[in-house]
Amino acid sequence: MAPPTERYEILLSGSGGQGIILGGIVLAEAGIAEGLKVVQTASYGPESRGGASRSQVILSREDIDYPGVIRPHFVFVLTQLAADKYAHTVSPDGFVLADASWVEAIPQHLPAPVIALRLSEEAASRFGMALFANAIGLGFFIERTRVLKPESVTEVLGRRVPKHYREANLEAFAFGQELAREKSASG
Amino acid sequence: MHEAFVEKYARTGHLPTIWCPGCGLGTAMRILMRALADLEIDPGRLVVVSGIGCSSRMVGYLDCNTVHTTHGRALAVATGIKLARPELTVVAAMGDGDAASIGGNHLIHAARRNLDITTLVLNNSIYGMTSGQTSPMTPHEAVTTTAPLGNLEHKFHLCDMVRGAGATYIARASTYHHMLAGRLLKEALRHRGFAFVELLTQCPVYFGRFNRMSNPSDMLRWLRDNAVKYVPGQEKELRDEQFYIGELFRDETKIDYGELLRQLRELVRSREAKGS
Amino acid sequence: MAHTVLLQGNEACAEGAVYAGCRFYGGYPITPSSEIAEYLSRRLPLVGGTFVQMEDEIASIASVIGASMAGVKAMTATSGPGFSLMQENLDLAAVTETPVVIVNSMRGGPSTGLPTATGQGDLMQARWGSHSDHPVVALAPAGAQEMFDLTVRAFNIAEHLRLPVVLLPEAVVSHIREAVRIPDAGEMEVIERHQPESYDGGRFFKRNEHGLAFPPTLGGGFHPHYTGLAHAEDGFPTSDPETAGKFIEGLNLKVAANVELLTDYEAEAVDDAELILASFGVTGRACQHVARILREQGRRVGYFRPRILWPFPEARLRELSRTARAFLVAELNLGQMRLEVERVVCGRARVVGLHKVDGTMLEIDEVLAAASEVPADA
Repeated sequence: MAPPTERYEILLSGSGGQGIILGGIVLAEAGIAEGLKVVQTASYGPESRGGASRSQVILSREDIDYPGVIRPHFVFVLTQLAADKYAHTVSPDGFVLADASWVEAIPQHLPAPVIALRLSEEAASRFGMALFANAIGLGFFIERTRVLKPESVTEVLGRRVPKHYREANLEAFAFGQELAREKSASG
Repeated sequence: MHEAFVEKYARTGHLPTIWCPGCGLGTAMRILMRALADLEIDPGRLVVVSGIGCSSRMVGYLDCNTVHTTHGRALAVATGIKLARPELTVVAAMGDGDAASIGGNHLIHAARRNLDITTLVLNNSIYGMTSGQTSPMTPHEAVTTTAPLGNLEHKFHLCDMVRGAGATYIARASTYHHMLAGRLLKEALRHRGFAFVELLTQCPVYFGRFNRMSNPSDMLRWLRDNAVKYVPGQEKELRDEQFYIGELFRDETKIDYGELLRQLRELVRSREAKGS
Repeated sequence: MAHTVLLQGNEACAEGAVYAGCRFYGGYPITPSSEIAEYLSRRLPLVGGTFVQMEDEIASIASVIGASMAGVKAMTATSGPGFSLMQENLDLAAVTETPVVIVNSMRGGPSTGLPTATGQGDLMQARWGSHSDHPVVALAPAGAQEMFDLTVRAFNIAEHLRLPVVLLPEAVVSHIREAVRIPDAGEMEVIERHQPESYDGGRFFKRNEHGLAFPPTLGGGFHPHYTGLAHAEDGFPTSDPETAGKFIEGLNLKVAANVELLTDYEAEAVDDAELILASFGVTGRACQHVARILREQGRRVGYFRPRILWPFPEARLRELSRTARAFLVAELNLGQMRLEVERVVCGRARVVGLHKVDGTMLEIDEVLAAASEVPADA
């Protein structure tokens, strides 16, 4: 897939503390670096951790009128609650990525493919923290869609995460890209 | 013709004042103007801020930069003025209702910040402008229009409160003790930090009349008889109607808020310079 | 150097304030405006400005009035409950002709309401919240770039007309992140405080031919008296009915006499529109999107969004009410902008409202459904 001609919509959702909002910010900032118009919005409950968290990103070559996601091309869900709420909103020409470590009941019969991977467990075993599931997901998404250049995203990711997590985040991102290549190879 | 200090600091064209005959506010204003004159404070760089009430009307008669704000908010406005223009001398003048009731919170925090402001509370123990309702400074059992059978509540000591809040110069006098008042006010104006002066004054038309002291001299005698000279280390048990007079507290070591802000600006700018 | 950066609406607002010359912020934390305070607590000391967290919202607006009287451009930010507390002093700013900028990031109300949700319920309050007849100007940004641009505009209007200006982003606009272009210094107009050299006969509040007065900055060599009491041209209180009446009328006429400077709206495809979707803020952007969809489907639908909400853009709406058959007013309240549209349209066209007060944004399909329900031959 090439960079968006009209609005490309992304919806990330999970629980507070999973890096959902940061993920959205990273994609939005990468979009600006590539000269795109971007919007990022987030919603969350009052709890600082736990609760529900949702981040929406729109990328476009044109000015963006309505800044809300209408039919997301990419839906990333890291909790069962998120999957139940948002997976079905996916656009037919998009896909859903679910973190199977948390999403046990994978949504069925959706108009678009649902890819379920045990991201949090992979993140914990390979990189030491389940938190990096977020970065793995981003890497998977970018590799699969090429909506943004990987280096645009990694540049921002490296800058936006705490210094001591930088290495791990970038490796997790690369791992996500690898997973995407494997997936497309296996069909 | 008026005396020199009155010519310099009063808007003589607006005299006489609206205050009642026998009111202590005229005396209080003279005390303030004389103190300003003795210290040779430039009226062009003096800002006096007030709230609402008889006491707050003083700003209309002072010939300098005057700001007559909303009820209780003089100190909050004064905060903005002083922090925006630290080189100006800022004085807040309010009555007891304005400062202790609706303005109590702002008094606490202005003191807590140790702003370099002089606060003068003119305490006539009542709400005069609105014709005589109870104020937080009205003594227990005194009569007012909203306590016709005697005040159920007790007053509290503002000087104790601002001490707890962090004021670094605290003093009290009365319009009877006008020489002492003048000396204390000068110290307050000179002090770098939050200086608080409480000046008890007489309201013969309301407080006096409701409490069998309608003659202004009776009220002045009342102030004289209930004043106790403060001697540090020799605190006594005061009766309800008594109050300490004199310099009650002073701390010259605590840095004022404006200075702390100035230091902060320097710090962040030097860090920024090093960073880039 | 001009540059484009991802900024949150609140951050863009803070940057706009700094660009406009704001060097004093006195505020109290409240969701969803707190980021403005936090950002300025770091930014203002860097530019030699002052940030102070005041003890409550009343103290906040009071401190901002004081700083502005002393000649320093000043701003505060809050949300509904805090904005309610600020009403009395808003009047004080208006009556003393003191420029101040107040940001009210609207959340779900009333009372404590829905603190982390969005709403647009303070439109009427921004105009009428303070007691009695007083002048106020209010702007409604719809995104992060407008948070920057309209904040600069707010300061300019405040300085030029010498009155309080309210910025009304809804919570979504405060927290949205978009690409914001920060212009070069000098690229966008910034109006500075006008301090006349002299005043004829001490008449600090005498109005010029545009109805504007420019009373002195404190400590500038004049000895002004500022008061909330009705006052004469010299600033001193008056109880003479003629003087007082003239004062109050003159104060309020400032806005009407300068309305061309205070007209700013975004409109698309309205000239031949049968149905006009009208709103403000982010809800306006939903209307824009839906109007475009319906145009593609062949319906003559237009979109209208005031950026300056008060004074309400009556002239243009009055014109449009002669050509359009219907207006659909969409807003996150129970009908405040709708009341203004009804008033201005005055029966010449049908006015229908789409109202949502559950703390969430209006969705595209909700607006589409409402627009479809307005009869084509209204």
